[in-house]
Amino acid sequence: MHREDFPILKNDLIYFDNGATTLKPKCVIEAMNDYYYNYGANIHRGDYKISHKASEEYELVRDKVKEFINARNAKEIVFTSGATDALNKIVFGFMKDYLHESDEVLITKSEHASNVLPWFELKKLNNIKINYIPLNENHELTLENLEKSITKNTKVISIASVTNVVGDVRDIASISKIAHQHNIILVVDGSQSVPHMKTDVIKDDIDFLIFAGHKMLGPTGVGVLYAKEEYLEKTYPIEFGGGMNQYFEETGEVEYKSIPTRFEAGTPPIAEVIGLGAAIDYLQSIGMDNINKYEQELKKYLVSKLEKNKKVILYNKSSESGILAFNLEGIFSQDTAIYLDHYNICVRAGNHCAKILKNEINIKNTCRISLYFYNTKEEIDKLVEVLENSDDLFKVIL
Amino acid sequence: MDSELKREVILDNYNNPYHKGLKNEKDYKKANTNNESCIDDIDIELKIENGIIKDANFDGEACAISTSATSIFLRKIIGKSVNEVKKLIENYENLINEKEYDEELLGELMAYDTIYMQPNRKHCALLPVDTIKKILKEE
Repeated sequence: MHREDFPILKNDLIYFDNGATTLKPKCVIEAMNDYYYNYGANIHRGDYKISHKASEEYELVRDKVKEFINARNAKEIVFTSGATDALNKIVFGFMKDYLHESDEVLITKSEHASNVLPWFELKKLNNIKINYIPLNENHELTLENLEKSITKNTKVISIASVTNVVGDVRDIASISKIAHQHNIILVVDGSQSVPHMKTDVIKDDIDFLIFAGHKMLGPTGVGVLYAKEEYLEKTYPIEFGGGMNQYFEETGEVEYKSIPTRFEAGTPPIAEVIGLGAAIDYLQSIGMDNINKYEQELKKYLVSKLEKNKKVILYNKSSESGILAFNLEGIFSQDTAIYLDHYNICVRAGNHCAKILKNEINIKNTCRISLYFYNTKEEIDKLVEVLENSDDLFKVIL
Repeated sequence: MDSELKREVILDNYNNPYHKGLKNEKDYKKANTNNESCIDDIDIELKIENGIIKDANFDGEACAISTSATSIFLRKIIGKSVNEVKKLIENYENLINEKEYDEELLGELMAYDTIYMQPNRKHCALLPVDTIKKILKEE
């Protein structure tokens, strides 16, 4: 769908690495160019027209994000440098004060490094406990296992709504219900879900949500932290400087601005935020439900085709997202990825930043295909054909 | 070396690598690849006595180029002095980086003489020497 909107697709390219980052439509690039060409001033310096315009466009995107994820109020939306930055702001701005010795945080072994390492660091600081909710035989999270993992000390559940290797789509509405019954705060890493399906923080009753702009057609360098107002009010900034303070005195007396500006110290990624706004408009015009439906259809098609190839090992064919991890029998994943690259097919090889997943699936490295709505069945056919003819793989890559 | 022979050398060493399996004994010095630019994960151990490489082994998971290069390299350095190995490493690095090298000295390693044409694979070919250099730093 909509391939003509992506200039890069004019090059003979089959791009299946959308879990890492997505391609950019022309409208996103143009929105950023428009800022740089026509009103490239700093924000919150509204004494002249182009600065006023920049501030307006920047804040307008906050409203767009609010609508996009159905938040109650635009002040619950903080612009960050990415998903990693957003999670660090939650862990060190809020959880560091909220969690104390022996309090437990539940995560899973299929989480991305960004939802593991900040917790490891907090463990060192506050002596909290990190427990892993066991995954089922398909490496997926079940509500039953979640409930079993909760103890009286569990204070936080921090999980991806869709994981980046297994690609299981987690039932966030039910998870939040369980969490809140036990007075547990739910942190959701939406990096792999927000670009691909409708997000509703009210319906799913999410306490904290984070996601990255570049995985949803937006530019790199911008992400979003959403938090319920009551939690954001209790979050302390972890970066300090211009733009976020009300006033300060030589004595050290200082007052910080209100939410969300308090968390956006320094000159923010203005062009990138504006680009993210264009990406949201574009996604909305296609419709998140249409995107999701199409991707599921593509995934089913991909699995049905690859299943016929005896040399291909599939690790997560049952998961409902557009993510498929695989290996060619007896071939190191990087060699497979390099082979595919010879045909201009981009896939990712490795552990995909989910380094503790290896203990779960008993395999360290995989190739990952992650689809988006601009992928086609014809592209999948090409991939299937190339993998079918992989007997001469080493002839191609060596 | 023609391309068919090169491929054969690489694949032989990939499919049936020499010196695979660590002994993990106390007189061995070990280092891990820890390669930041790829996913290869190889440990190399060397037994060095009086400045001579007495034994060399490796283990781990890596791509065809890294694995084969490690196999060939370890086979070559056993019995050589640390200084000879350093000279070999220098020549091999020059080969990969398109500088002057001694073909005689490199022997089978000449199988990698066209790696420079695939810049994203250079680090694969250099993986064993990066690791061996870590061990030899103290020698």
